[in-house]
Amino acid sequence: MKKKSGMLAAPFGIWMALFTIVPIGIVLWFAFTDANGQFTFDNVREIFAFDPSKGETLWNDSFVSTILYSLWLGFLTTVISLVIAYPLAFSISRATERVQLTMVMLVMLPMWMNFLLRTQAIKSLLSESGLLNQFLGLFGVGSLEILNTDVAIVIGLVYDFLPFMILPLYSVMVKIGKSEIEAAQDLGANVFSVFRRVVLPLSVPGILNGITMVFVPSVSTFVISTLLGGSKRMMIGDVIESMFVGEAPNRGVGSALALVLMVLILICMAVTRLADKSESTEEGGFAL
Amino acid sequence: MKDVITLKDIAVSFDGETILDGLDLSIHDGEFVTLLGPSGCGKTTTLRIIGGFITPDRGDVFFGDQRVNNVPPHKRQVNTIFQRYALFPHLNVYENVAFGMRVQKKKKAEIAETVEKMLALVNLKGFEKRAVSTLSGGQQQRVAIARALANNPKVLLLDEPLAALDLKLRKDMQVELKNIQKSLGITFVYVTHDQEEALSMSDTVVVMDGGRIQQIGTPTDIYNEPQNAFVADFIGESNILDGVMREDYKVEFFGKEFRCVDFGFEKDEPVDVVVRPEDIDIVEPEKGDLIGRVTNITFKGVHYEIIVDVKGFKWMIQTTDFHAVDSVIGIMIDPQEIQVMKKSEYSGLYGDYSSFSEEFDGLADPEAENGAAQ
Amino acid sequence: MKTLSRIYNVIIFGLLYFPIIMVIVFSFNSARYTPMEWKDFSLQWYEKLFQNEEILNALSVTLQVALISTLAATVIGTLAAIGIHAMNRKLRRVMLTINNFPMVNPEVVSGVAFMLLFVALAAVLPVFKPGFFTLCIAHVTFCTPYVVLQIMPKLRQTDGRLYEAALDLGCTPLQAFFKVTIPEILPGILTGALMAFTMSLDDFAISYFTAGSSAQTLSVTIYSMVKRPVTPEIYALSTLLFGTVFVLLLLANIGQVRDISRRSKRARR
Repeated sequence: MKKKSGMLAAPFGIWMALFTIVPIGIVLWFAFTDANGQFTFDNVREIFAFDPSKGETLWNDSFVSTILYSLWLGFLTTVISLVIAYPLAFSISRATERVQLTMVMLVMLPMWMNFLLRTQAIKSLLSESGLLNQFLGLFGVGSLEILNTDVAIVIGLVYDFLPFMILPLYSVMVKIGKSEIEAAQDLGANVFSVFRRVVLPLSVPGILNGITMVFVPSVSTFVISTLLGGSKRMMIGDVIESMFVGEAPNRGVGSALALVLMVLILICMAVTRLADKSESTEEGGFAL
Repeated sequence: MKDVITLKDIAVSFDGETILDGLDLSIHDGEFVTLLGPSGCGKTTTLRIIGGFITPDRGDVFFGDQRVNNVPPHKRQVNTIFQRYALFPHLNVYENVAFGMRVQKKKKAEIAETVEKMLALVNLKGFEKRAVSTLSGGQQQRVAIARALANNPKVLLLDEPLAALDLKLRKDMQVELKNIQKSLGITFVYVTHDQEEALSMSDTVVVMDGGRIQQIGTPTDIYNEPQNAFVADFIGESNILDGVMREDYKVEFFGKEFRCVDFGFEKDEPVDVVVRPEDIDIVEPEKGDLIGRVTNITFKGVHYEIIVDVKGFKWMIQTTDFHAVDSVIGIMIDPQEIQVMKKSEYSGLYGDYSSFSEEFDGLADPEAENGAAQ
Repeated sequence: MKTLSRIYNVIIFGLLYFPIIMVIVFSFNSARYTPMEWKDFSLQWYEKLFQNEEILNALSVTLQVALISTLAATVIGTLAAIGIHAMNRKLRRVMLTINNFPMVNPEVVSGVAFMLLFVALAAVLPVFKPGFFTLCIAHVTFCTPYVVLQIMPKLRQTDGRLYEAALDLGCTPLQAFFKVTIPEILPGILTGALMAFTMSLDDFAISYFTAGSSAQTLSVTIYSMVKRPVTPEIYALSTLLFGTVFVLLLLANIGQVRDISRRSKRARR
């Protein structure tokens, strides 16, 4: 019986092979061929090259600078999300089962309002005459220029991906038994020791999952940066998009960039996974 | 003897439901005290009050002479062994045992020495590096004991520590726990719903029901001289009859007067009479004080358990002789085997064995079920 | 400590919902293009919504794609989860890694990869010309992993002997599958399907690269609008959608909460 039911996964296997592995293969092919289909490293080389004579440096105007800039914003977003989400997720996980259900629903519900519209709303909130500046004006704080800055992008990213940090954290924390916390208190641990020695280590798998689920989409976003960051500076997602649908498309370089992004993210995730000594990696996502 | 813990007039309620209702209890130094009662009687709540996890709505908790109502758990010199052990899944055996000392920032060498000592005490030498999830239930239990004892508590609180173990292991651990308690000389406060466990391990048994203490005494006191029908029924098997105290040393039931050893009741006061099944002698019908017909007999290994119908009241009697169903027998009871109790709120709730069925013996304990569902 | 955490939660949830409330409020605003400046209460955008072909069309495409891909993803994913569960450790690892891939792969990368694939395929098979069909394929691909992940833990919890008991009692393997295995993992299938539906509705990036011009989803339509000022009909539509989901979730939540209190009452007894 066991052998036979393994075959039930066959449609899935074929589908995934056709529509995830083959497309990545095509990306690889475009990344390493030129317009005539000849093998070349030019596309990849172009990404890492910069021309100092045109003012391009590692930090400016080059592809590399865009990548570093995206990684930096992604990192900020992830850290801020983690800091905001952690106490919230913990307090949800300690609530009664009823309250937990309601709060989890409240965390998921915003995803049902189109994120472009929510981002649009944030844009108008942050604008020069927006509600935030009107509010700050009440306290005599002068009008802040937040829109079209990195701050605006990070606010938008945190806002959009916060649920993806809260949910994995919550789903791990809810498994931390009340009795384990009580046992630690019983053995002499005060609030901080309980946190450092029990809650924190036990929530590591959730932290790692949350980091992955926030870091990946925020590094590679191509909409939020356009809407909130203005056109001053592009993130890597924007560049990839423009290579495929923009005015001067270049599929070869675009594919190479996509590949670099993928590899970078895989490396980042491998590093995070190294921190996870537990065997729970098989689980992957989060339970609802 | 000195009291290490005193509870005075403790009351607790959750969601409007009264859990403890005016509880007074003193625990002496070095004693093995067991809180015994059915699920929902308030025994675990009492333990959690001592541990500091629940603050009572009313009343005072004293450790020695010091009132500790508002002292948080981590500042109390008691340690708990939790129902399902509550071992830390992210730490190995060594680190679990060392936890309390690490929190107190003890020196490395001291920690190593204590952990080694504790693991030796619970027979887990060589398990230091093992993950707790790879241990059997019995081994996890031992880690929990070592972890709690490593903190050198004055009092150890044990919340149904053996409930999750199978029968054989449970018996072994009972002996071991008792030995540990004796050799360390610390006070154990032990919560269980298993009367046999309570009787075999304790110096003092506290029988609880409905948030109140029903009786405090040594195991023999509790068994031989139950103070009310609840205790009589909960501890061991009992035939509980309605009787009338005619005068000192004379009690009447089934329209017959029996000599007994109890006195100090009003004349003609209605009472509950308890007779243990093993204290009844079976004789020829014509020689018996009472005559009955056997309705059921079950072989129990050491003895037979027979149900005898006497004028509609079903007695349980334990005897080593076989008596066929439907045979007519006589019953004799020694005066000192008749225990007379004042009427209480429990009178009439427990009585004969008319609903007796062998299957009832095997019915799962409700509390054990609750535990498994958690 | 408790009040502190309560205040904190209220603030965070407040921030989370503020932009949503803004969208809802401005769906009732009478002004046209001034971006989010309040003028008068009006229902005109709700009226105009039902005459706006472009938006209604996008809504219908979005819902059709979501339904079709949810259905397909649920069937494929359920079978896959059962199959993967029956595999040995090594093979299971491989399959789960493949399963996780679309979820961790950046959406832009998945999007352009799909685009390149469909362009290449369309050269040979015209059905793969970007449009409704390719949209569905892409959505099934990124929805299925969520279904698998929701069902796997349920399978781990089930007792393998139940299936054997059903066979023992005379069921054919197929009957046992439908009468025992499926009901056991049904909660997982349902949450998986719900997640697939949500992901499909919410998706922008992948639809953006695979939709082509013939079949645009709502989010793609909205994206083409946000660069120029958004027509408030979109706010009206989003408010309606959000309100519907809110009511549905609320009802489901009330049901679950009732269930819990019933259970806890029984436990107390």
